[in-house]
Amino acid sequence: MQIGLTHYLSVAAILFTLGVLGIILNRKNIIIILMSVELILLSVNINLVTFSTFLGDLTGQVFSLFILTVAAAEAAIGLAILVTYYRNRGSIAVEDINMMKG
Amino acid sequence: MNVAAVFFYLFSAIMIASAFMVIAARNPVHSVLFLILAFVNASGLFLLMGAEFLAMILVVVYVGAVAVLFLFVVMMLDVDFAELKQGFLQYLPIGSIIGIVVAIELLLVMLGFTQSDAALGAGGAPIQANMSNTEALGLVLYTKYVYLFQASGLVLLTAMIGAIVLTLRHKPDVKRQVIADQNARTRADAIEIKKAPSRAGV
Repeated sequence: MQIGLTHYLSVAAILFTLGVLGIILNRKNIIIILMSVELILLSVNINLVTFSTFLGDLTGQVFSLFILTVAAAEAAIGLAILVTYYRNRGSIAVEDINMMKG
Repeated sequence: MNVAAVFFYLFSAIMIASAFMVIAARNPVHSVLFLILAFVNASGLFLLMGAEFLAMILVVVYVGAVAVLFLFVVMMLDVDFAELKQGFLQYLPIGSIIGIVVAIELLLVMLGFTQSDAALGAGGAPIQANMSNTEALGLVLYTKYVYLFQASGLVLLTAMIGAIVLTLRHKPDVKRQVIADQNARTRADAIEIKKAPSRAGV
């Protein structure tokens, strides 16, 4: 049995759905939300690499590399904001983050 | 069933199971460890697809840097995670509805997808068979996509500066080393000569 494009795309779709579910279900815990965003970006990467392989074109892998960069930057900034917020408020509950509301 | 298919099902099953555990685990430390497992299995999938360089980068960047950063932050913050876990079941109905809708949409797009034979290798950077993946990627990345490469460097620089600016703080009561002050010290203000009379004690 040959593993084709559809198999990889299905795996990426399931992973994407799990990431979206993680954001909805863990509405209070911002760390899990950040991890779910990482899962979503991983599924996007799997999609890009899949199309790159099955279309015989390297561009998908190059863009996957850039997405990896952006994901790393996003994790670093997000966690830095989280640490600063915890220092100021002593809590990381998402519901408490309404101080900036104008 | 050949070896590649066996490994595909192995990697994807473990990856999806650990992705589920990431969002379902009670302890966030376990979530981070399952995230690492998911990344390692995704890099296995990349290897199966022939993207060796990206597989290794995934292990180095995600497992080595991002996941460990998450682990540090989870362990550093003293938060009552059991309290944050409450309300998990409250959002389960709406969450499952949205999840099913997203999954159905993705599956519809995927099943209605057919690939024309003319599309194979018709892109801007076709994969050559006589070159390793890393070499081919380097030849494309530093020539055709060099501006995007520079831009991603700028993104990383911004992230680095942002993270440092956000988390750096000076406590007023902590003594710090001031090298200029140390260098500006002279003998006159550093030592003082006192005359102690002999046989009298100090």
